[in-house]
Amino acid sequence: MSEPILEVENLSKSYGGVHAVRGVSFSLRAGEILALIGPNGAGKSTCFNMLNGQISRDSGSVRILGRDTAGMRPREIWRLGVGRTFQITATYPSMTVRENVQVAILSHHRELGRLFGFAGARHRTEADRLLGLVGMQELAARPCGELAYGDLKRLELAIALVNEPRLLLMDEPTAGMAPKERVDLMRLTASIAREQSIGVLFTEHDMDVVFEHADRIMVLNRGQLIASGTPGEVRNNPDVKAVYLGEGSVYGGEAA
Amino acid sequence: MEFFVVQFLTGLASAASLFLVASGLSIIFGVTRIVNFAHGAFYMLGAYVAYTLTERFEGFFGFWGGILLAALVVAAIGALLEIVLLRRIYRAPELFQLLATFGVTLMVQDLVVMIWGPEDLVGPRAPGLRGAVDILGLAVPTYDLFLIVLGPLVLGALWILFHRTRWGVLVRAATQDRDMVAALGVNQTWLFTSVFALGIFLAGLGGALQIPRNAVTHLMDLSIIVEVFVVVVIGGLGSVLGAFIAAVLVSELNAFGILVFPKISIVLVFLVMACVLIVRPWGLLGRPEGPARQPAGLSIRPWHPMSPNQRLLMLALVVVAGFVPLVAGNYVLTVLAEIAVFALFAASLHFLMTVGGLASFGHAAYFGLGAYGAAFATTMFGAPMVASLLLGPLLGVAGAILFGWFCVRLSGVYFAMLTLAFAQIAWSIAFQWVEVTGGDNGILGVWPASWASSPAAFYWLALAVSVAGIAALRVLVFSPFGYALRATRDSALRSEAIGIDRARVQWAAFIIAGTFAGIAGALFAFLKGSVFPDNLAIPMSVDGLVMVLLGGIETVSGAVVGAVVYKALAIWLVSQTDLSKLVLGAVIVLLVVAFPKGIVGFAEDLMARRRARTDDGGAALAAPAKAAPAAPGSGAAPIAAPKMEAAR
Repeated sequence: MSEPILEVENLSKSYGGVHAVRGVSFSLRAGEILALIGPNGAGKSTCFNMLNGQISRDSGSVRILGRDTAGMRPREIWRLGVGRTFQITATYPSMTVRENVQVAILSHHRELGRLFGFAGARHRTEADRLLGLVGMQELAARPCGELAYGDLKRLELAIALVNEPRLLLMDEPTAGMAPKERVDLMRLTASIAREQSIGVLFTEHDMDVVFEHADRIMVLNRGQLIASGTPGEVRNNPDVKAVYLGEGSVYGGEAA
Repeated sequence: MEFFVVQFLTGLASAASLFLVASGLSIIFGVTRIVNFAHGAFYMLGAYVAYTLTERFEGFFGFWGGILLAALVVAAIGALLEIVLLRRIYRAPELFQLLATFGVTLMVQDLVVMIWGPEDLVGPRAPGLRGAVDILGLAVPTYDLFLIVLGPLVLGALWILFHRTRWGVLVRAATQDRDMVAALGVNQTWLFTSVFALGIFLAGLGGALQIPRNAVTHLMDLSIIVEVFVVVVIGGLGSVLGAFIAAVLVSELNAFGILVFPKISIVLVFLVMACVLIVRPWGLLGRPEGPARQPAGLSIRPWHPMSPNQRLLMLALVVVAGFVPLVAGNYVLTVLAEIAVFALFAASLHFLMTVGGLASFGHAAYFGLGAYGAAFATTMFGAPMVASLLLGPLLGVAGAILFGWFCVRLSGVYFAMLTLAFAQIAWSIAFQWVEVTGGDNGILGVWPASWASSPAAFYWLALAVSVAGIAALRVLVFSPFGYALRATRDSALRSEAIGIDRARVQWAAFIIAGTFAGIAGALFAFLKGSVFPDNLAIPMSVDGLVMVLLGGIETVSGAVVGAVVYKALAIWLVSQTDLSKLVLGAVIVLLVVAFPKGIVGFAEDLMARRRARTDDGGAALAAPAKAAPAAPGSGAAPIAAPKMEAAR
């Protein structure tokens, strides 16, 4: 397998006396889909926000494509080639769907400082290609503020692909979506990730999604990794059953 | 030493009234999210009504009963205002409520003069508290000591009210999350009304209690409202204890500032406010705003550049404007030149507010700095007019670079307040640095070059510069930079995630807006032939805000229409009636209620609806989505919900 694109060592963060994340270490390779699961308050979001630079870490190291990200802001980490989607979507409601993608492309080409020329005419084809990739071509001219939630999630995926990322960070990518939409979105993500050999790290509460699509699963509880492995290994891990999955659960069992 | 103690006590006594008024504003803002500009007007009304009542009913009970009754009367007027006016506009963009309350302020200013006359009125001394107490050999008025005790008493009473009554708990809950409180089945309508009435009661009481100390004047509203804004911002919006601490701080700064730095006493308070906001952007005891609510001026209909037909129409309008000197007289041309100047000023503010989502309450600073810059260039260095017009705005640019750097660190109401503070600092310097600026006497003799001295020539110059400036701003809106700016307004989170440096983009926008305001200011200096501190005072900033909101905050260039309508109306009213403020205020209030999206926004809605009817296809989706009513009192509720439904 190729070089790891994300290496996390001994990542820790505490708020006051509470250890939100304690000594988390893992790595992610290109084209690999890694799920981070765990009960509420396990430290998934804290972990995530440290990876993309939204909050600072207390100790430990994060290397993305071999570069230590210590002290980097989210926008600098993005420039390394990291795409991300949010748990609660963050898009530009006053712009059209296509313009949402165009802004990201303009930013990628460092053209947002230009004071002249109609931005809406720039990089249209590229924007439409990305929208086509997530199946949103027909919605390109729609005001983003009118979109249904599932479409917003797909738009976020298109935006995340703008800078040809090597790493995708997706915080609960299917939260708030209908079951059919969930499956479609994750299938789409997985196929894009494998085609472009993007490493994907995602958190998720829907175990059907997790066990169907993840190559590897990590389980976080009270800030610590308690298990890590293939879906099959994690499913049968007694500790994981105790703190999260519950007894008698058979997620993806019949498929495995 | 003794003197300092007495000065300290005087400061504390002044703090009492300031605290009452500021806590009222803070409570109202906390629950309704309305920045009540009319708060100073109610403070003034409290003083006037108390004057009348205490004059009529003499004696101990007459006086104290009169004070209390005055506050109650004012509170009743406030409740009426809330029911009749504010209830209709809770769901309008946040700034619209400010505009409406500003309209009320204007009306009250004229009404007060109509009822009580323009002279200062001196109220009776307080019965039982007439004398003075000897402290360290110096006489301190007993009434001051009473006020010193009253402040903490009111603070305690408010604490009990908010912590020991069911109503108070609801108010505190609504301050934290009013959508949640509404979801729990609390009758928001009456909660809002009662909170508003309480806030106004405190303002009225603050005013009424002033009458034994200070004369009652019809100018006291604007002077207090600025101080109250400062207090509330330093203390933290929504925090009563914060308002108390800040009121004491500000009053003491005033009391001692005048001794230590008589030259910059006015600046001192604003400097402290700027420092507090930079260290604690949400005030001493305030809390950071919750997850960013949808900013004002969020339109569902995306903006498009003009179609070729619209461009032709604009060109035709400009050509027609260019031919006006053939038919109009000198007076009309001078008025039109002034309107052109203000159209550019309003457009620059509009760029910052609408595209950037940054509502500046002190935009006149850059207008005024541009005007002073042009005046300096002309009178000090003898520069020719064209050179002054080019150099003058640089002073505005410099101001925008300096002030903007601090301002873009904040957002929302706090951003607005910091811009206000900086504008007030600029004003104080112009007012107090007499050797350079001439102080109140201004700088005279800023006359245009001979080729531009006729009204027609200057009109053409103003029109050309203004049209070019407005066109440039419009190009900017649709440029990549304009998109970056809108991006920071729509979602700071997403912008950071796609590599946009929010602070830098907003700073650049601040400087751009300041530049165009400076250009307008330089033109204005030559139009008037003089420059005064008024050019960068708060009323000028408010004029700009009114023009922007009147035109429509969700539009690309509505400010131009707003400027034309407002300025023409204001100038015409001044020539027609002595009660111009009353009429203007009433017109503003009516426009806010009838056209909550501004004049241009209303016109666009009409056109969109007509188009939807003719298309009867997918485009029709837009209209119902826009029209979906928000729940009363949920003005800042996420707009996403109704939109999503419409799209499904």
